Amino acid sequence: MTNVIEVAGLRKRFGAATALDGLDLTVRKGEVHAFLGPNGAGKTTTIRILLGLLRKNAGNVTVLAGDPWRDATRLHSKIAYVPGDVTLWPSLTGGEIIDLLSHLRGDGGDQKRRRELIEAFDLDPAKKARAYSKGNRQKVALIAALASDAELLLLDEPTAGLDPLMEAVFRERIEAERRDGRSVLLSSHILAEAEALADRVTIIRAGRTVETGTLAELRHLTRTTVEAQLDGPVSLEGLPGVHDAVLNGSGLRCAVDTVSLNEVLRRLTATGVRTLTCRPPTLEELFLRQYSRQPVDKART
Amino acid sequence: MTGPLAGTADLARFALRRDRVMIPAWIYLVLIGVCETAYVFTRLYKTASSRLALAASGQGNPALLFLYGRLNGTSVGALTAWRYGVWAALFAVLMTIFIVTRHTRADEETGRLELIGSARVGRQAPLAAAVAVAVTANLALTALLCVALPFIGLPTAGSAAFALAIGTCGLAFTGISAVTAQLASGARGARGLAIGVLGLSFLLRAIGDSAGASGPAWLTWASPLGLTEMLRPFGAVRWWVLALPLGLCALGIWAAFELNGRRDLGAALLPGRPGRATASAALRGPLSLAWRLQWTTLAGWAAGYVFIFAVCGAAAKGIGQLFGTSGALRDEFARIGGQTAIVNAYLAALMLLAGLVAAAYGVSTVLRLGTQEGGERADLVLSGAVGRVRWAIGHLLVAALGMTLLLVVAGAAAGLGYGLRTGGAGSETARMLGAAVAQLPAALVIVAVTVVAFGVAPRLCAAVSWTALGLATALSLFGPSLQLPRWALDVSPFASTPRLPGGALTVAALLWLLALAAVLVAIGLTALRHRDVR
Repeated sequence: MTNVIEVAGLRKRFGAATALDGLDLTVRKGEVHAFLGPNGAGKTTTIRILLGLLRKNAGNVTVLAGDPWRDATRLHSKIAYVPGDVTLWPSLTGGEIIDLLSHLRGDGGDQKRRRELIEAFDLDPAKKARAYSKGNRQKVALIAALASDAELLLLDEPTAGLDPLMEAVFRERIEAERRDGRSVLLSSHILAEAEALADRVTIIRAGRTVETGTLAELRHLTRTTVEAQLDGPVSLEGLPGVHDAVLNGSGLRCAVDTVSLNEVLRRLTATGVRTLTCRPPTLEELFLRQYSRQPVDKART
Repeated sequence: MTGPLAGTADLARFALRRDRVMIPAWIYLVLIGVCETAYVFTRLYKTASSRLALAASGQGNPALLFLYGRLNGTSVGALTAWRYGVWAALFAVLMTIFIVTRHTRADEETGRLELIGSARVGRQAPLAAAVAVAVTANLALTALLCVALPFIGLPTAGSAAFALAIGTCGLAFTGISAVTAQLASGARGARGLAIGVLGLSFLLRAIGDSAGASGPAWLTWASPLGLTEMLRPFGAVRWWVLALPLGLCALGIWAAFELNGRRDLGAALLPGRPGRATASAALRGPLSLAWRLQWTTLAGWAAGYVFIFAVCGAAAKGIGQLFGTSGALRDEFARIGGQTAIVNAYLAALMLLAGLVAAAYGVSTVLRLGTQEGGERADLVLSGAVGRVRWAIGHLLVAALGMTLLLVVAGAAAGLGYGLRTGGAGSETARMLGAAVAQLPAALVIVAVTVVAFGVAPRLCAAVSWTALGLATALSLFGPSLQLPRWALDVSPFASTPRLPGGALTVAALLWLLALAAVLVAIGLTALRHRDVR
């Protein structure tokens, strides 16, 4: 088995509203897969279908070689989940909830790992959940998930509410999970996190997959930022694929489509280059470009 | 305006807006209870001699004195104040406790006050707004009672005294719950403390009233609820008594403002205790989770059941004399209780009530499934290796066990209460236990309707199940006197329940009800398996 999640043409409707409109998603075994999209794009709906909490209207969904709706209980013993908006039972303590969730999954949790995680995330497990802040509630769900020996982690915006220190702890732990060969689906809109952690990325919008691939593949489709100091002025007039060019005497700054990069560099070296910086686009830029294509229907044509 | 009270008016308006359904509903509950009681007394006890006889038996029965308090005269007004005065005040107090806690400690606990406090709002403004809303609600209740009671034919001055007795009791607890909101760190704790004070105050006056001349009758004076009797509305009114609850109100509000002015946001005089850092072996699966979340509520219900049914059972002795002069009331009980022997009819009606209220407990327990689902806590459980059916059955079992426990408690308490006063505690307890447990199948059918609604239409679940229970209650209590046709009465599962003690035991009917409940639960759980989790 090479893919832990296979989703093709997934559709989900809530009454008149369409939440998912032909979504595709493939997560390979042992990879950290970032699942990106703006609020309301359908990330949480997808994850809840993967858990068998919602029933798909159309499309194919396979999780760990099973049908998440039919085999929900069997699959759940191999899945750990952290919801985006963690609500806990106010009268139970954090420690009790961690243990309870481990027992519900069926493995009882690894006590040594549980202790380490509680220490690493700096959580007071004897406090009642009603006294926890948003970040601490998030930690409870995260510790319960990370202490399990699940094969697949489904994390829905897991770092919302964590401070930067705890976010760093979270990243270390996800790295460790990857080394242990576990698969992670990480829904997020924190791009730095996805850039730092993810092997592959799927970007969705309005219930549809718009991009998927490794970061390198996605960058291939996009523009490189070029900054240069030249011996003299250069003319890029009439060149296709050059955007936002700013010429300032012998200084140049522009964004170049990958197909035009050769031609632009040829002209720059012909003029004479003193300094040159070429920067691949950050995920932030990819993201903004994806979402600024309005409206959706135009983007499809 | 700046200073500690800045923004109070805006917050009070906002609080009234949030409570626009709850406050009128509470006021309506108290108002309709008082008016209904007064109306029934004017209708059923027309002659002075019939009222005299009722008063004589009411005063001679310690159980009734315990439950309702002392009588101050034999007029219709005095009887109304006796029968419903303490209880109307109790409901007004509950309304007050909910209002004050909701707008102080509950908002503080959820962090909403932090958001409000960061705006141009004074430190004392949320407390002041909560107090203002509670005072407004109690004044509105008082004013409405003042206007409504004379319409039924009660004297104006007495009505005003009675209305003020109820309203000022609510005001006294405005002060008390303002203080408890400063003491506890959570809304649950704050409400619990205030309701504890209410329970203590009921107990003080109950003991003071039923102890007789030689006992500690002064205890009634120590209770805000007891003061509603000491005012003697519709009797020789002691107007000065009103100064006591008003003084308590002022003292409480002053203390609450002092405490609130000195403490940090979120701090409390009684800090929360830390709990266990690990789950005990008893917290493992969905059933133990449901039990852990619900047992405190069940314990509260069971304590209430012991108290109410022991007292009501004890009141059964002498119930014949109480109704002796009122043929209409006797007929009423005979119809609900389904037999003519008055003591058995009364006890059977009591057990029917135990069944209906146990069904209400069961419905509220199963409805917790809906709140768990809506709050996404169900996701956490269901993402474990737990099927939906197993999750739902956890809560269902708690509901069924809880209902059984409540009915056993009701039967045992009523049997002991009656048996200890008449002799033969053993045989009475056994008889009443059977009568109480016979209510279980019908109550289970109501709960099963809730399960069907939860499976098929989760959004309408609360509405459907409370309507079903309300319909069953109305048909069982008022159906017989309205002389509805048999098929209409049979809509309520309680119509198929034998009227015990005294009636004929019909085992087949009980088995049919159990089978019906099982089928409904199966339908509900199947629907739950095939729908989306909200």
